[in-house]
Amino acid sequence: MTNRSDASARRRKAAGADAPDWRNALFVAPYLFFFATLLVFPLFWGIWLSFHKADIFTSGPFVGLGNYIRLFNDAVFLRSVGNTFYFVFLTVPALALLGLFLALSLNSNSRLATILRGLFFSSSVLSVTIVTLIWRFVFIPQYGLLAAIYKLFDAEAPSFLTDPSLAMIAIAITTIWWCIGLPMMLFLAALQQIPADIYEAAALDNASRWRTLTSITLPSIRRTFVLVVIIQIVMQFQLFGQAWLMTRGGPNNVTRPIVLHIYDLAFRRWDVGLGAAASEVLFALILAAAMIQYLMSRSAGERS
Amino acid sequence: MSGRANSRSARRGIGDHLILALVLALSIAMIAPALWVIGLSLKDNHELMANPNSVFHPPYVIDNYVNILYGGGVIRWILNSLIVSVGLTFGTLLLSSLAGYGFARLNFRGRDILFIVVLFGLAVPEQAVIVARHQIFSLLKFHNTYHGIILPGLSNAFGVFLMTQYFRAIPKELDEAALIDNASRFKIFWKVLLPLTLPAQATLGIFTFLLSWNDYFWPLISATEKSMYTLTVGMASMQVNFAQSEGVGFLMAQAVFAGAPIFIVYLFFQKYIVTAVSGAAMK
Repeated sequence: MTNRSDASARRRKAAGADAPDWRNALFVAPYLFFFATLLVFPLFWGIWLSFHKADIFTSGPFVGLGNYIRLFNDAVFLRSVGNTFYFVFLTVPALALLGLFLALSLNSNSRLATILRGLFFSSSVLSVTIVTLIWRFVFIPQYGLLAAIYKLFDAEAPSFLTDPSLAMIAIAITTIWWCIGLPMMLFLAALQQIPADIYEAAALDNASRWRTLTSITLPSIRRTFVLVVIIQIVMQFQLFGQAWLMTRGGPNNVTRPIVLHIYDLAFRRWDVGLGAAASEVLFALILAAAMIQYLMSRSAGERS
Repeated sequence: MSGRANSRSARRGIGDHLILALVLALSIAMIAPALWVIGLSLKDNHELMANPNSVFHPPYVIDNYVNILYGGGVIRWILNSLIVSVGLTFGTLLLSSLAGYGFARLNFRGRDILFIVVLFGLAVPEQAVIVARHQIFSLLKFHNTYHGIILPGLSNAFGVFLMTQYFRAIPKELDEAALIDNASRFKIFWKVLLPLTLPAQATLGIFTFLLSWNDYFWPLISATEKSMYTLTVGMASMQVNFAQSEGVGFLMAQAVFAGAPIFIVYLFFQKYIVTAVSGAAMK
């Protein structure tokens, strides 16, 4: 008797608890306040600004697509778009493949593997300022570490950061050194997920190592590979600190990425409307790149 | 039969050695620049000027580190970075826990739509909002203040997403039992569920701290007064007139000094940091 009334009370209470109640929204309200004011509102305000001639405090006259037209007639902006694609092309495949190689070779419990995993991830915790400080000095002619290495072979090191054909490559090397930890760790996590009995079955079948790698390991982590590539594309599209601190976008704008151009327009020349337009273009590019990559991987997955 | 097995294991041996050699070469490339910078930081500035290769042999001195304590803004900047990072970390933990509980457990009108909108927020890169944000903060006179540097980070949707997932994974029987005891919603959240989310709090806390400590773009445009620089911005400002000013050794000592705190944290909490960062990336 008491048991049954207990149960019904519980049910009534549970039902009452599940009914919508505006007071429950109080828990999400504090976050939503910041979300609305600092993310949603600026997102739309930025779109609004991109159609206006704006400065640091105000949005001036409406100019329609004027800012966008100016951008696409601006050789420096177009160049920065090209530079950004070039940088993504230099870094993303290298990060994905090197990360995969390191994960495959360090996926063991040995002491050496543990230490090396820690080493390859360690640079990721440093800030961009310290990373660029280190690498600017590695690349600097005469005094740099590379100059010292070249001297061992009686050669003269080129001045990496001021040579137009080498500057972006130098920034890419710095970036790979800085960012290699994350792809490696993501691949390692994926490798741990592969059930051990598949490998045991392969070993019983006397499958070669190469065969095991190509028909078990790599297909099992395909999704992670796509994930790593998307994450890296989104991250590397936003190159700013390395280029700003190592070369200021030079020589002759060859290392000037889109974000540096936005920074220059909006916060140094205070042409805020034009800067906002450039940031919308970047946003669209990132979304498009991630979307294309995702769709390509999905259709490839359906075929296999 | 045995011959074939032998040749296979021999081939395996060569392959293993090649891979090991390549991995070791890469690890030298990882570690050499850092060791070299530490070496530079331990050299007398005049000796380095005269002969840059003197870094490879003694004498090594700690004068550059002593000089940090007397000159430069590094200590002030470390303090600023600490205030900003700790503030943002606690703010994020509080807001994300409350919202995560609300989205995972409570019913109110529009909850599911709101949650989807928040998830869309994850896809918005900082650059898409930063110009407008800067203008808004100019109007509010928030630049060159601690809250001005902290506030934008509070809108990050990742913490809410993580905490919502975590609260959903906790068995519902726990809060139903507490409801029978007539505990208030807030009490259930605070006393019953929150202690169970400590692992997620640690992950989110470490991730937020690291991101905030290393943030560069927003502090660069918001904290323009030298006394309000965070460590990343301050270190960057010194690179501009690099080498000719106070000497290479001193500059590198400051870099090592600035990098050391986060590196020591990494050595102690390596496992948690790796979990936090890779977990965040996989969202």
